[in-house]
Amino acid sequence: MEFVALLECITSPSCLLSQTAGGLKIGMLLFLVASGLTLVFGVLGVINFAHGALYMLGAYFSWQVMSVTGHFGFSVFLGALGVSIFGLLFERGLLSRVYKADLLIQILLCYSIVLILDDLVMIIWGDEFLSGIGVPEIFQIPPLFIFDAIIPPFHLVIISISLLTGIALWLLMTKTRFGHLVRATAINPSMLEALGINTTFIKASVFMLGSFLAGFGGALAASLGSIVSGMGNSILIESFIVTVIGGMGSIGGAFLASIIIGMARSFGAVAMPLFTDGLMFLIMVLVLVLRPQGLRGEKK
Amino acid sequence: MITFFKQDNFFRDATVAFLSWLLLIGIYYLIPDPGIHDIIQKVFILGLFALSLNILIGYLGLIAFGHATFFATGAYTLGLFLQSNFITDYNLGALSIPIAIILSILISGILSAIIGAICIRLKDIYFSFLTLAFQMFIYSIILALVNITGGDQGLMGGFPKPPFLGLDLGQPFDFYIFTLFVSIFVILMLRQLIESSFGYGLRMIRDNPERPSALGFNIKNHKLIAFILAGSIAGLAGSLQALLDVGAYPEWAFWSKSAEPLFMILLGGMHTFLGPLMGALIFEILNDFVTANTRYYGLVLGLVILGFVLGLRQGLLDWLLMQFNRK
Repeated sequence: MEFVALLECITSPSCLLSQTAGGLKIGMLLFLVASGLTLVFGVLGVINFAHGALYMLGAYFSWQVMSVTGHFGFSVFLGALGVSIFGLLFERGLLSRVYKADLLIQILLCYSIVLILDDLVMIIWGDEFLSGIGVPEIFQIPPLFIFDAIIPPFHLVIISISLLTGIALWLLMTKTRFGHLVRATAINPSMLEALGINTTFIKASVFMLGSFLAGFGGALAASLGSIVSGMGNSILIESFIVTVIGGMGSIGGAFLASIIIGMARSFGAVAMPLFTDGLMFLIMVLVLVLRPQGLRGEKK
Repeated sequence: MITFFKQDNFFRDATVAFLSWLLLIGIYYLIPDPGIHDIIQKVFILGLFALSLNILIGYLGLIAFGHATFFATGAYTLGLFLQSNFITDYNLGALSIPIAIILSILISGILSAIIGAICIRLKDIYFSFLTLAFQMFIYSIILALVNITGGDQGLMGGFPKPPFLGLDLGQPFDFYIFTLFVSIFVILMLRQLIESSFGYGLRMIRDNPERPSALGFNIKNHKLIAFILAGSIAGLAGSLQALLDVGAYPEWAFWSKSAEPLFMILLGGMHTFLGPLMGALIFEILNDFVTANTRYYGLVLGLVILGFVLGLRQGLLDWLLMQFNRK
């Protein structure tokens, strides 16, 4: 533990600012992915172990579109859209068959998809690292210097996009008829069916939306780093942490938890570089023990 | 009165166990292929691991997703103890390996008592997530304690395996009969436990949690004892694996290692006592066959699991017994 290093960082404006910005970048990208996971759990009651694999697919799909069109916006959007269509096929074709099965069967079904997709992307795109889709040209500029803190402008773009997506998601859930139906499906699906509402359609569209968010996160991650088979595994576990800490099914909770985890990672890297992951799991253990329903979840 | 040991069929079971052991020794001589011997001993080591997890999954209905924690604890305990000065300082000699194995079981048992006491308070997915979180926490500790565990390189440098009772575990044949004997003995004991009134108590908690509390017996104690047993046996499996590989690796504490016994339980069957052992056999044969023929092991394993989940909807042994009983 290097508390001195942490103290020095917190008291220096440049370190404080750059670690905060770094933490926000990690946290907001994580929120994008985790909000999809928590949404799917809240409405469908299924823990989608394949969510990380969808994130990976988003990266590969956007890379493919990039190599054809060369347009950044297209790549990210079409990549995410492709993943949501894949998600729809997965939900309709496979996952919906095990909604009534026990947890173990659901977990194993999703995990088999992870194993299959991890190998399929290697067969299609090769097992070497692919260099990512890169940052759009207008952001290929020198980093900003604020109080001597080095902040790449594109990180600010990522933070803003994730934030805007979060706001859009919140508006969708609280202000639209669709959002009301989704939330009602989460609470009492049989009542909705009695009222003549097709909950199968709602579940499928929520899964599509969740997949879109995973794919979107993956596509944005592809602009920051390289793409490789299995890249979804660590974000999957981090999304679990966020989902648990925030409260399972709560998007607002996922937002809070993502920032906490982003900051824990960013400042943890200063204080205890070897134990940053351990710190996240310790937080997860503490939340589950002290407040199993999470920060914003409803008590059962 | 709760008992942990069922005596009715003990002599029958013990005879079957002993004959199986002799049969497997016979196979060693009949098929002089080290590859086959390796598969058989791995099936038993991984089978122990899967059987121990099935106490929780099959009989208690608790989906523990961090069972590799105890496998790795057993492995690292054995490796660290055999590497330590303790052995030379006290001149343990022939006692080293038996003490190391017992210590592995004890330490994994103690750790599972601590983790279990906290986890069993939660239900369903929350229980699964807490076991996962503890597992990854332990994994992070193993990675961080580079000086002791070797960090991400694993426990390197090997360790001595002093002979005991005329067994030199450095010799393949000695290792084979020893591992099989220990595994089969523990499986025999586990069988008695599962058929005892304690074992039926577990099934009752799984099927009808209200009834045991109405009968006035302590659900939490039952769950905790089951968790400790499962953890200790996983620790034993880990220590045997460490003896086989002369080392211990952090991947053994990673969450994907916890998925392996889940696969075995699914493939073999969770409602038949030896189902997970059967699953370990399928898993190992698949592993051996697929890795020899293609690089895409995950693809094949994934498709097989998908087939089981959507097609058979149960493990092979469960399915076979159902077909058999139907006639």
